[in-house]
Amino acid sequence: MDFLVFIKQVPDTDEVKVDEESGTIIREGVPSILNPFDEYALNLALRLKEGMEDEVNITAMSMGPPQAKDALKKCLAIGADRGILLSDKVFGGADTWATSFTLFKGVEKMGGADLYFSGQEATDGNTAQVGPELASHLNLSSMTYVEDVLDINPKEGYLTAKKETDEGFIKLKSELPVVLSCMTPPDFEPKIPGVKEIMKAKNKPLDTWNHDDLGGTEEEYGLEGSESQVISTYPPPSKGPGEKFEGPAEEGAEKIFALLKDEGVCDD
Amino acid sequence: MIKIDREECIGCGECVEVCPVDALSLDSEEKAVVDEDTCTSCGLCISTCPTNAIETKIMARKGDTSQYSGVWVFGETNDGNLKEVGPQLLGKGRELASEFNDQLSAVVIGSDVKDAAAKCGNYGAEKVYMVEGEEFDQYKTLPFSFAMSQLISEFKPRVVLYGATHLGRDLAPSVAGRLGLGLTADCTGLSIKEEDGEKLLLQTRPAFGGNLIAEIVCPNTRPQMATVRPNVFSCPEETENSQPEIIEREVDLNPELFKVEILERLSGEEGEVGVEEADVVIAGGRGVGSEENFQLLEELADALDGVVGCSRPIVEDGWLSKAHQVGQSGKTVSPKLYIACGISGAIQHKVGIRDSDTIIAINKDPEAPIFDVADLSVVGDLHEVLPELLELLGGEDGS
Repeated sequence: MDFLVFIKQVPDTDEVKVDEESGTIIREGVPSILNPFDEYALNLALRLKEGMEDEVNITAMSMGPPQAKDALKKCLAIGADRGILLSDKVFGGADTWATSFTLFKGVEKMGGADLYFSGQEATDGNTAQVGPELASHLNLSSMTYVEDVLDINPKEGYLTAKKETDEGFIKLKSELPVVLSCMTPPDFEPKIPGVKEIMKAKNKPLDTWNHDDLGGTEEEYGLEGSESQVISTYPPPSKGPGEKFEGPAEEGAEKIFALLKDEGVCDD
Repeated sequence: MIKIDREECIGCGECVEVCPVDALSLDSEEKAVVDEDTCTSCGLCISTCPTNAIETKIMARKGDTSQYSGVWVFGETNDGNLKEVGPQLLGKGRELASEFNDQLSAVVIGSDVKDAAAKCGNYGAEKVYMVEGEEFDQYKTLPFSFAMSQLISEFKPRVVLYGATHLGRDLAPSVAGRLGLGLTADCTGLSIKEEDGEKLLLQTRPAFGGNLIAEIVCPNTRPQMATVRPNVFSCPEETENSQPEIIEREVDLNPELFKVEILERLSGEEGEVGVEEADVVIAGGRGVGSEENFQLLEELADALDGVVGCSRPIVEDGWLSKAHQVGQSGKTVSPKLYIACGISGAIQHKVGIRDSDTIIAINKDPEAPIFDVADLSVVGDLHEVLPELLELLGGEDGS
């Protein structure tokens, strides 16, 4: 069986600073990491692989600049068997629509897979759209907010999964193949690759495919192929600091109490 | 959209038969042709074609934008009840519709949604498009996105808004992918921008974990679609007996669209605690110190008729269930009062509470980032401040 995990390299949003004047992100000095949701998706794929009788090949695929190879190398060290980077100047500036199209072309070139995984969302854009949009391109069903795959039966062509909904968790059964957008459970502990795994990963195939490899016209990709256009960015408006009190707890409590009365939250 | 390989097509007409929206026909050369405006990319013809002459060719829907008018709101329901985000979007939708000089409509899909449809009218929808049937009893991606795509293809709205709930964030990208549309996720603001004489939907959303706000337009594809966070817009007053025009459509679902089956609701999971709807949220972070210490927050919540929320680490440590989590990966809240106790204030948390009317923060660390967004910052130990506060509140009760 072939598992395909879509991953993204993202700036560590905890470390991101904004240039207040230009309203853009200062990327310099900000570490790049493997999107945490994707890391969970890969770990889930690995766990399923270990529990299966059939031989399973896990490919990690990403669209990004050349340095996104680092994120794929990490995937190989964690346990993916193959890495594919879709990288070309033409792919730059893509929205979710153009991104899902590019990944779709990558899947086509690869020859498809039996099960697809992605993180529920990326921590930089937080759109959660690429998984379902990719499923539409592939003419497959998608399942979002998947916290776990409970059972997979390739012979009968189905899996069961635990999915989070607005009303709680449900158990679903889906035909294979399907595109899973995976939601990190609170108790997830990522697998940290050791030196041996990192060395072993150096011998695993890691390919880069560009626009020529994927085919299609330039207009279909990147900024040109994007249907949503960012026209401006700016730092979030700050409320301005409110009142700050430092002193004995009793007086602090009185301050709060006074404000609660002002707001009418408690009876006067 | 789909692409038909004319060389491979043998003119059997199987695809014409199976197409639920009559988008396929045979031309004079006995080859299948597709009407691109009607096709909803459901993909049924692909699996039916005996010679594999059809493949998906999802293309951006860049037609004549002037054909599209009307603002639509997807009226999300649960067990037939209209969820709050629908009326909130109808309130905002009314403003947008007036500026576009358009009608405001709602869409409801489900097994028993006549009441929900009527309720949409009470919140301002002039028309309600309704798809009703047993097969829509529970939300499933493909049947719902197929029904939605069919309505959009037939009635051509200018704008479609969905709540950025789990359901909305599943349905909207599925529709966008199927129809080839631009879509903006998790909007926190909607307005109108005029560009080249045409009024466009200007969509505002946080990016990079809330460090940046982006303004986005979708100039070429129609409808312009967005998911909008619950509680960003306030709910308009409900009027009675509005009697909106109900337009009911049958949607013919092929069994092929049921690739996913819901087996059961998983028990043992705590349901909603209502942090999203509450007027008062008392939230705790690592500074609370232990699971037992949340008792203090519970008492304060009781005294103020609020609910207890928490930051992400509390859920990771298993002290409270995910239903309590406030922040970007949890719930976005907009209460009248938010009291953050022992929460340092990671950007992801601050994004989730930004729309609160009043924020009070209690933290030992005078440099805690949560103080940047607080109306009242109290530097101190919550284990000392909260008992004092409870005493003051208790005294009120007794008087």
